[in-house]
Amino acid sequence: MYELKGVTKTYRKGGARITALQEVNLTIAEGEFLAVQGPTGQGKTTLLQLLGGLDRPTSGSVVFEGRDLATMREGQLTEVRSRSFGFVFQTFNLIPTLTGQENVESALVPLRMPASKRRERARTALADVGLADRAAHLPLELSGGEQQRVAIARALVRNPNVILADEPTGNLDEGTRDEIIGLLERLWADRGQTLVIVTHDSGIARRAPRTAWIREGRLSVQDSAEPAARR
Amino acid sequence: MFFTYVARELRRRRRQAFVVALGLALGIGLVVTVSAMAAGVRTAQSKVLKSLYGVGTDVTVTQAPAGGTGGPARFGLTAPNQARQGKGFSHDDILQSPGLGTIPATRVSTISSLSGVRSAAGALSLISIHAEGKFADFGQAPRGTGSANGSTPAVQPSIAPIKVTSYSVTGVDVTNTAVGPLSGARITAGRYFASAETDAKVAVVDSSYAKQHKLSVGSTLTMGGTKFTVIGIATSPTGGQPSNVYVPLARAQKLAGESGKVNRIYVKATSASNIAPVKAEIQKVLPKATVTTADDLASQVTGSLSSAASLSRNLGTWLGIAALVAAFAVASLLTMSAVGRRVREFGTLKALGWRSRRVVGQVMGEAMAQGILGGILGIGIGVGGAVLISKLAPSLTATVGAAATGAPVTGTGVTGAGPGGPLGQALASASHTVSVPLTAPLSFGLFALAIGLALAGGLLAGSLGGWRAARLRPAEALRRVD
Repeated sequence: MYELKGVTKTYRKGGARITALQEVNLTIAEGEFLAVQGPTGQGKTTLLQLLGGLDRPTSGSVVFEGRDLATMREGQLTEVRSRSFGFVFQTFNLIPTLTGQENVESALVPLRMPASKRRERARTALADVGLADRAAHLPLELSGGEQQRVAIARALVRNPNVILADEPTGNLDEGTRDEIIGLLERLWADRGQTLVIVTHDSGIARRAPRTAWIREGRLSVQDSAEPAARR
Repeated sequence: MFFTYVARELRRRRRQAFVVALGLALGIGLVVTVSAMAAGVRTAQSKVLKSLYGVGTDVTVTQAPAGGTGGPARFGLTAPNQARQGKGFSHDDILQSPGLGTIPATRVSTISSLSGVRSAAGALSLISIHAEGKFADFGQAPRGTGSANGSTPAVQPSIAPIKVTSYSVTGVDVTNTAVGPLSGARITAGRYFASAETDAKVAVVDSSYAKQHKLSVGSTLTMGGTKFTVIGIATSPTGGQPSNVYVPLARAQKLAGESGKVNRIYVKATSASNIAPVKAEIQKVLPKATVTTADDLASQVTGSLSSAASLSRNLGTWLGIAALVAAFAVASLLTMSAVGRRVREFGTLKALGWRSRRVVGQVMGEAMAQGILGGILGIGIGVGGAVLISKLAPSLTATVGAAATGAPVTGTGVTGAGPGGPLGQALASASHTVSVPLTAPLSFGLFALAIGLALAGGLLAGSLGGWRAARLRPAEALRRVD
C-alpha cells in the first residue's frame, strides 16, 4: 500500500535548517496495524503528515497505491485525502461550533453526497463508536474520551483505506486511553483498514504487530512481541 | 451544512460580528443619509433653477443696454396750461425692463438655425407704468414771483398725492409654446394664446397678479393706452419670477415702440450635451450678448441652498467615504483576525479533504452575512437620518442676481414705492431669493446602493479573510497547534 523511499524532510525555522526525517525507507502493507514510536520532536508527526498527504517530502518518494504523493498536484492530493485517509488527532480537532453529528458529517462534505445520506452515514458512524445518544452535543459538552470517539467516527465515516492517528490518547487519562485504543483496535480488526498510530507510549506501541522507531529523524522497524490480532 | 456552519460561527463570536456589522452600518447609514440629502439638494436646486429659468429652456440670451439709452421715465407734473392746474391727470408709459438691451428679432431665427438648437423664441420684457393724480395748483399768484431777496414768500404750489403703479409685461412668441417665458407655467383658467393671435390685444395674466388686482378671464387691462382682454390666467412654478402680464410679442413691440426687437431669447438645445457648444455658437453670432445656461445660473446661486450643496458635495461625500473606508478596514481586520484564530479548524477541514475554495467560501459566507446585517442596519440608520433631515432641516434659500437670470423685476403695485418702473431702476441688478424646503428623499436606488455597499464590504472582508485561509497549508496549520 505504502512505499517510502529515501524520504527526507527539512524545515527552515528562524534561519536554521531542521531535519525532521532523514533518508526514511518504509513499506506498509494493506490492512496492516503499524505503530510509530519515538520521543517527542523526533519526526513522528512529520512522517504521519507525509503518509496523509498533508505535507510533501523535501526529497524522496511517498508512493501510495502506486501514486507518488510527493509529486501530486494540490487538487489531486486533496482528492486522495478526502477519499482514502481518515485522521485522528491528539487534540481531537473538532469544529467547536458544530455538534458531534455535524462534525462527523463535515468529513463527508468533500464527497458531495445528498444531505440525507450524509446524515444517515454520520449517525451510523457515531453508533459504531457508541455515541449515538450524544450526536446533538457540541464538543464542549462532551468529555475528552467522547470527543476523541467523535473524531474517530469522523475518520471512519468515509470508510477510508487508511486511518492515521497522531497520539490519539495523548490528551486522555489512562482509563479512557485504553478505551480509545481498544476501539481503534476493534475497528481495525473488524474493517480491515490500514491503521498507523503515532505514539510515544510504548504500551500502545506494543499492541501493534509492527512498530517503527524514529529517533533524530531516522527510522527503524521491528515486529512487536504481543501483536494485536485481527478477528 | 454551509448555512448551519455560518450561523453557528457568527453566533459564537456574536460580539465581534455585531461590531463588524455596526461599523458597516454606520458607514452605509452615513452614505445613505448624505446621498439622500444630496438628492434633496439637487431636487431643490433643480426646482429653483426651473422656477428662475423656465421649464424647457437650456440657454437664455440677453444683452446689456447700449450706453446712453434708458434712464428714468419723466413725468410732467406741471400742468400744460393754467386751466389744468389742480386738475387730475392719468398717464401711462411703457418702458423696457431695466438692464436689458434690445436685440433684433431676426437674431432669433439666426439662433434657431444654429447646429444643436432645437428651438428658439424671442421675448420682450417691459414695464408698464401708470401714474395718476392732480397737477400742482399754484393758486392765484403768478408763477415764479418769489422775491429774489426773500422778503416776500413765494407761493407754495399745492401738490396732490400722485399714485404710481407699475407691473411687468412680457411679449411672447405665440407661435412657439415649447420654449419661452411661459413654457414653465400652467394655464389655470381660460386659455393660452392662439397661434393666430400674433398681434391681438389679448393678455395672459399671472395668477398672483390677477388675484391681487381682481382680474379674471374676460377682464380688461389698459396698457399704454391700449385695452387688452384677459384670455387666460397662468401659474408659474413655485418661487419663480413670473411676469405680471403676457401679451403677443408683436403687440408688446408696438407698445414699446420697439418694432422688430426683442430683449431676451430663450433657446432649447437638441440634447443636454449640446448646451455648451450651443452657448459657444451663440456667442460667436452675438458677441455682445450675455449667454446664460442653467449651469451658469447654478454657479451664481448663493445662499443656504448653495452652502448645503457644497456641504453635501464636499464634506458629506468625503465623510461618507472616510466612514466606509474605516468600516471596511475594521471588517477586514476583524475577519482576518478571526481566521487567524481558527488556523487549527481550517487546517483540520483541509486535512479532511475540504478544498481551499470551500474553506474560502465558508469565510466569505460569514463575512457576507455580517455585511448583509450591516446593510440592513445601515438602511435603518440611513432612513432615520434622512427622516430627521426632512423633519428638522430648515428651508433653504437660493439667491440669484436678477442680471444673471435676466428675469423681469416685478412691481408690487404699491403707491410710489414699488420696485418696478422708474423707481425700480436701482433694482435692475438686485437679487431674487427663493426659499425651498430641504428634503432627503429615499429611493430604491439608495437602498440598492446600501445593499451594494454592504455586499462590497462583506466581499472585501471575506476575500481578505479567505485569502488568508486559502494560504494555510494543512501540515503547517496542524503543526502550529502541536
